[in-house]
Amino acid sequence: MSGLDQIPVTIESSASCSARSRDFGNAPAVLNQIRDALERLVSSGEETCIDLNAMPFGPGDLERLTELLGTGEAEASVEALGPTRIRETGIPGVWLVDYLNAEGQRLTLHVEIATVPQILRPQPQDLACAIERLDARLTRLRDPAHSPLSS
Amino acid sequence: MANLKTPDKTLGEGLREIGLSRRGFLKFCAATASMMALPPNLVPAIAAALEQARRPSVIWLSFQECTGCTESLTRSHSPSVENLILDLVSLDYHHTLQAAAGEAAEEARLQAMEANRGQYLVIVDGSIPGPDANPGYSTVAGHSNYDILMETVEHAAAVIAVGTCAAFGGLPQAKPNPTGAMSVMDLVHDKPVINVSGCPPIPMVITGVLAHYLTFGRLPELDAYRRPMAFYGQSIHDRCYRRPFYDKGLFAESFDDAGAKLGWCLYRLGCKGPTTYNACATMRWNSGTSWPVESGHPCLGCSEPGFWDDAGFYEPVSVPIGVTSKTLIEGAAVGAVAGAGIAALARKAKKEAVANRQPVTIDELEQKL
Amino acid sequence: MSGAMGFLLWVKGPMFNIALAIFAIGLIARLVEIFLLGRAPNYAEPRAGEWGPGLRTMLSRTIADPGTFKRAPFNVVVGWVWHIGFLIALLLFIPHIELFKGVLGLYWPGLPNPVVDLVTAVTLITLLATLVHRLWHPVKRRISTTEDYLVWTIVFMVVLTGYLAYHRLVEPYPLALGMHILSAELMLIMLPFTKLTHIFTAFIARWYNGAAFGRKGVQS
Repeated sequence: MSGLDQIPVTIESSASCSARSRDFGNAPAVLNQIRDALERLVSSGEETCIDLNAMPFGPGDLERLTELLGTGEAEASVEALGPTRIRETGIPGVWLVDYLNAEGQRLTLHVEIATVPQILRPQPQDLACAIERLDARLTRLRDPAHSPLSS
Repeated sequence: MANLKTPDKTLGEGLREIGLSRRGFLKFCAATASMMALPPNLVPAIAAALEQARRPSVIWLSFQECTGCTESLTRSHSPSVENLILDLVSLDYHHTLQAAAGEAAEEARLQAMEANRGQYLVIVDGSIPGPDANPGYSTVAGHSNYDILMETVEHAAAVIAVGTCAAFGGLPQAKPNPTGAMSVMDLVHDKPVINVSGCPPIPMVITGVLAHYLTFGRLPELDAYRRPMAFYGQSIHDRCYRRPFYDKGLFAESFDDAGAKLGWCLYRLGCKGPTTYNACATMRWNSGTSWPVESGHPCLGCSEPGFWDDAGFYEPVSVPIGVTSKTLIEGAAVGAVAGAGIAALARKAKKEAVANRQPVTIDELEQKL
Repeated sequence: MSGAMGFLLWVKGPMFNIALAIFAIGLIARLVEIFLLGRAPNYAEPRAGEWGPGLRTMLSRTIADPGTFKRAPFNVVVGWVWHIGFLIALLLFIPHIELFKGVLGLYWPGLPNPVVDLVTAVTLITLLATLVHRLWHPVKRRISTTEDYLVWTIVFMVVLTGYLAYHRLVEPYPLALGMHILSAELMLIMLPFTKLTHIFTAFIARWYNGAAFGRKGVQS
């Protein structure tokens, strides 16, 4: 035999490894930052966005943070440049916005403190041509020469 | 590569042409901000700037390198966004990636230089045998690396040195530096040089610097080593999630002791985090999965000058380089001989003084005072 | 290659070697000289042994007698505090232990960083107090030489740069650490040639004193 069997191997019970929920204590700091932002939203309507990707989290910190924030009622998804999943947390006005690429990998993860997250709102430039677009459809409706819209 | 002239279309127009909605563009900007290590409140400014940005021509020169930097870039973790950015630059020359070969390849470089005179970006990976070194150590198409670099850089807008070899000399420059390797900033003095160090650099940092140039049309704020502050502004140690253990004085003493298993600080195992400036602690590697310290290995300090010639990878930061107790013992031996000599001289002087002692009167002493 | 990292690699490499060599040569030369010259021969018949009183005096002179304490309590208390603080920071800070391990191969357990940090802060304050007292006290000021101020400066610089580096108050860090290592190296170089030699000779001198008293049968 090779010398492999001479290497001492100890097997630790899986319970002692997996049951140990570990985090590095960074969640409370972010929660305080969110609290500050929430105060500003309530008092002056100022919105804040925090990039969780830029946080020096250790393993378990992000899970701890999302667990502490909880889950709210609203959930939405935007399909543009891959999916973006928006979830309200248990704290009203605090949203988790998860930007994913087409392969489902995370581009970045934001906490948005706002009444409605930015990406859910129609974009100003799009809004500017919204009436134009609807008018075009109305014209087509009134004009019998055109067949009803299919789209 | 048919049209090497920078097109007149702006980035916003280009993106909408390929069918990207405005929400998609906003998302692209959010991801870009994250990639540039900028706070999310700058997203609207980034969107406005990117809308108007134009596609620059990029010439990528590879010298004494291992292609690890290119590997890092092409395996970057968010393909859709980073591809968009890479699509938004016109990569006109790159040994490894371009289809053309031989004279056609070199021709592409010369054409791009001619068509975008004064506007193109040069990216360099790998160190360069200096002007006094034997040029035969590294040549491309029969030309020395030094000549190609100088010729290409002459009409460039800026030079980006990607990887520690290009930025600081890296592995080829490690002692005894047989090829006379030099860094880009050692050789290029009349153009803006920006260093993206690391072995390899974090892919998002490479694209982040390109994105910054695209977005703001100028190079980002740099540190003393000409590295972008956004990524290299803080040390690994300062951003390390294991930092609280350092502060408490809880250290792993070996790679498999209880401290290592509990994720304690790796200082005693040789972590160079305190002296290393990079973004690993926040940007991480392999699709944001982990980074060396998180996987239990000390930081090697790969983004710093001279990291190969620092004390061993597993020697703590405080341990001097190449010093052993031998220095102390040899010094002590020399000192013992010297001390014995001085003592002998002193004894001799004393003996002579005793032998030649002359009485002194009080008057004589008072005269001297 | 220049800049902060180049500076750090220089002080950690060639400069450390130079400092260590000068320190070893200088210190051993002085000690060997002291031992070889010895004392003047005493032809009187010894009344008692030398070793016991010699060793006892090494310890007893370390603690000031009540008279000295009454005359100069500041010197005794502050002197004790900063000497012990300096020794704790030097010998029990974990990065320093790694340094001893690297150079001498010897190592021992250290103290948690916050403890060393507190001790260092106290040492800095007491060192400042010794300078103020030296400048303010008329007798002390009169007997102080340039060497005294030089020695104070280098000791203070070593502790101060260490404190700055630990708290990362100087950017970039390689510069802060490099300055700390360089001041320690300057201290090593100066050690054999200034009053700093007392680190090694104080106890030898006390032994000689005690031994001489013992020989004469005098209590020390």
